[in-house]
Amino acid sequence: MQPINLQLASYSDLFMLIAALVYAAAFILFALDMANSSKTIRALEAELAADTALEPQAQLVGAGAGTTSHGPGPVVDTAGAGSGPELVDEDMDYLGTTRRPVANVAVALMVIGVALHAFAVIARGLAAHRVPWGNMYEFCTTGALLVAAVYLLFLIRKDIRFLGTFVAGLVVIMMCAATIGFPTPLAHLQPALQSPWIVIHVSIAVLASALFTLTFSMSVLQLLQHRREARIRTGGPARPAFLRLVPSALSLENWSYRINAVGFVMWTFTLIAGAIWAEQAWGRYWGWDTKEVWTFVIWVIYAGYLHARATRGWTGERAAWLSIIGFAALVFNFTIVNTYFPGLHSYAGIPE
Amino acid sequence: MSQQDNVRVVRDERTREDTPQKPEVELPSLGFTGTLRFMWTQLTSMRTALMLLLILAVAAVPGSLFPQRPAGPEIVQDYLEQNPVLGEWLDRFQMFDVYSSVWFSAIYLLLFVSLIGCVFPRAVKHAKALRSAPPRTPRRLSRLPEYGTVKLEPAGPSPAAAVDQAATYLRKRGYRVEVREEPDGGASVGAERGYVREIGNIVFHLSLIGVLAFMAVGSLLSYSGQKILVEGEGFANTLVAYDSFTPGSAFSEDRLVPFSMSLKSFDAVFDRESQTHYGQPLDFTAVMEVQDGTDGEPQEQVLKVNHPLDIHNTRVYLVGNGYAPEITVRDGNGDVAYQGPVVAQVQDQVYTSLLVIKAPDAQPEQLGFVGFFLPTAYTGEDGVAVSIDPDLYKPELNLNSYYGDLGLDEGVPQNVYVLDTDDLTELNSRSVDAGGITLTPGESYDLPEGKGSISFDGVKRYVGLDIHHDPGKWGVGFFAVLALVALIVSLFVRRRRAWVRGTTGPDGSTMVEYGLLARGEDFGLREENLALRRQFERMWPVVAPEDPQNRPE
Ligand code: HEM
Repeated sequence: MQPINLQLASYSDLFMLIAALVYAAAFILFALDMANSSKTIRALEAELAADTALEPQAQLVGAGAGTTSHGPGPVVDTAGAGSGPELVDEDMDYLGTTRRPVANVAVALMVIGVALHAFAVIARGLAAHRVPWGNMYEFCTTGALLVAAVYLLFLIRKDIRFLGTFVAGLVVIMMCAATIGFPTPLAHLQPALQSPWIVIHVSIAVLASALFTLTFSMSVLQLLQHRREARIRTGGPARPAFLRLVPSALSLENWSYRINAVGFVMWTFTLIAGAIWAEQAWGRYWGWDTKEVWTFVIWVIYAGYLHARATRGWTGERAAWLSIIGFAALVFNFTIVNTYFPGLHSYAGIPE
Repeated sequence: MSQQDNVRVVRDERTREDTPQKPEVELPSLGFTGTLRFMWTQLTSMRTALMLLLILAVAAVPGSLFPQRPAGPEIVQDYLEQNPVLGEWLDRFQMFDVYSSVWFSAIYLLLFVSLIGCVFPRAVKHAKALRSAPPRTPRRLSRLPEYGTVKLEPAGPSPAAAVDQAATYLRKRGYRVEVREEPDGGASVGAERGYVREIGNIVFHLSLIGVLAFMAVGSLLSYSGQKILVEGEGFANTLVAYDSFTPGSAFSEDRLVPFSMSLKSFDAVFDRESQTHYGQPLDFTAVMEVQDGTDGEPQEQVLKVNHPLDIHNTRVYLVGNGYAPEITVRDGNGDVAYQGPVVAQVQDQVYTSLLVIKAPDAQPEQLGFVGFFLPTAYTGEDGVAVSIDPDLYKPELNLNSYYGDLGLDEGVPQNVYVLDTDDLTELNSRSVDAGGITLTPGESYDLPEGKGSISFDGVKRYVGLDIHHDPGKWGVGFFAVLALVALIVSLFVRRRRAWVRGTTGPDGSTMVEYGLLARGEDFGLREENLALRRQFERMWPVVAPEDPQNRPE
């Protein structure tokens, strides 16, 4: 076995810390942007008013054809909010020239954070000549990297800056959990983990978890937005204001459904790959080990979520709750089950 | 109509289809068969399926909170002894056998009955849909969620020709199409694509039944067992050779594949470089000699963690290892009462190993020993020796000894790893004058009162093997993968309908209008609209959209 490159490992640790700090800064800026939303909203409204005066058919030009129709005409407040025009696109496309300098700096910081973070994670893998997901510290740091990277990938096409506070916040929490909760010096893999399946099974699991993290944030916002829309319908106050920068509850629901569907397929894959690995390692593909139980529970919850979307009376708020509960089970599986529950999967690697 | 309403419409249509029609009848007037039918429709409704799924998720949890018998009956026993009152109640509710309990089985069986009741009618319906033509063109296409019109130049094709061309294009896009004459002289095409989405859904659900069915096959035909092999020892695949054995319910001994194997050597590598993980295991390698059948050629094979041996679908796994000190016990008469390696149970990372020796043949008194084997012994200030490394740097035995009736003669089976000292008299221990026994390899010790002697001859290694045979796993694997593929199809193939109608406009030119409808979740309908439109503009001389004020709504 090739020796561990300690020099590279220490660089990895250092960059991990710097990345965490950069994410923390991004989080603060995203939060500031949220807190300052009234200013942004006023600017946007002014801009929008100017646009509409100049170019009343902005929407149709965008569609590229004069006579296709697709639901609404020009931007109107479809939520029945009665509090001015919608400031965001229901498909989360970027609208015109929206200037949100604080949020944009936050996004830039996220990019820098991801670059540093990616270096740290890759360096850790290279230093040990293996995949960088062999213990809790590594699951957590690699997972956080994927959450941030997936978020940035979506940002290229979709204006989901409204999720920034949540995503950056969760990433910071994951980084803190890793460096404070499960600090683990770099080491070789123990024999039980020396299998090609660790590459396949764990990477997809972490990726699926990253997607579920995104949809969790969206489902929380969906619930908030839902309450706000209900308040507005009954003539109540349209608070909190920052939600005007967030798409409607329905749009959030549709989008989290799409992402959850991908996440669910990946989780199904994780489950099957895990069973195949278990067969190779222990001789049985399924044995209701604690980790297997929770993987199954999470799978069933998200299957329930997909069903809820096709069940009358279960769309909307209830589906959002299922998505949140699924994520809670995911976090529980990762933290509590890995550390406190005995089982065959005791690879947390936390030094005693 | 707002976009949000569109989505609602789309979803409602789907929901209406998926939810079996519930007869809105009063329960008392149903009669017996009526009640049965009512219960059946309830059971196979989407809401019940959802409820059962959520209940299943909750029901699976206790199995991770309480120790489970199939995983470790002795842990359950410990738990019961430590929590006699609570434990008894938990046991009554099968909390230690959750996954074979009545209530857990009831939930998943109901779920699968519901699934069958739900999926079969859907499959029948879909089989019909597959054979029938795409639906007729609705009168008002403009009410569909996606809609558009184009007006052609006078030089363009006639309505019927345009519809034909549109049909050809739609067919190329994967739609199944049917062109129909319209009552007012024009023509229209109805098109539908993505039938495979529904097939995916059905296959997915049926595959889950396949997985369950083959798991059941496995629990009938499979067997698994454990065997500990010390270096040099052999094993032949017969029932008596196993240390423990768990047969499937339809097991018979002739199902055991004949083979034999022996452990030639075992090697463990520990990390010697890392400061922080010094002594962590890096590699376990067992060299086995395997003989296929009863007269096959013996072959040397390497057995590692994650790399089982495979002998005609019976698989041998390396699941544990440890030390087996070689011991000779002589009795009070000077005769050998025990000789051989003693498997010591590993207690921790540094291989502190618990050791029990029983010498029931010793005369005049039976002898028993219990204590620890330490691969690298270190004696602290308090005089207590501990192991500080898993490797054999300074092997040492620390034993207490006893004499008396070991209780083996009554024929009651005993755990070989436990010595019940209640009825025995202590000879050696730290608390008696003679003190404990400390031996290094090659040393001997004479027991007090001339009861005999014990010598530590050397150390061998042993491996813990699991031997499994499960013919059901191939079926489970097949259906699991099928379920995954079908799931992808069912979630990501888009099922949608399209209609194109050609009419002659008031000025004699051809007007083409078209509409799209999604069935199930479909977020790409807008793009499809634009794609159709681009194609129409490419195919035909389309009049540029005029003043948007004039566009037909
Ligand atoms: C073992 C239990 C079940 C599991 C794990 C399960 C899982 C799933 C999953 C993952 C989906 C989404 C993917 C797809 O569209 O194929 C789905 C969809 C669906 N399931 Fe199930 N299912 C189960 C039982 C049932 C039962 C009992 C019913 C009938 C009452 C049912 C009816 C449906 C229907 C109608 C859909 C389509 C929903 C849609 O169009 O979005 N399922 N199921």
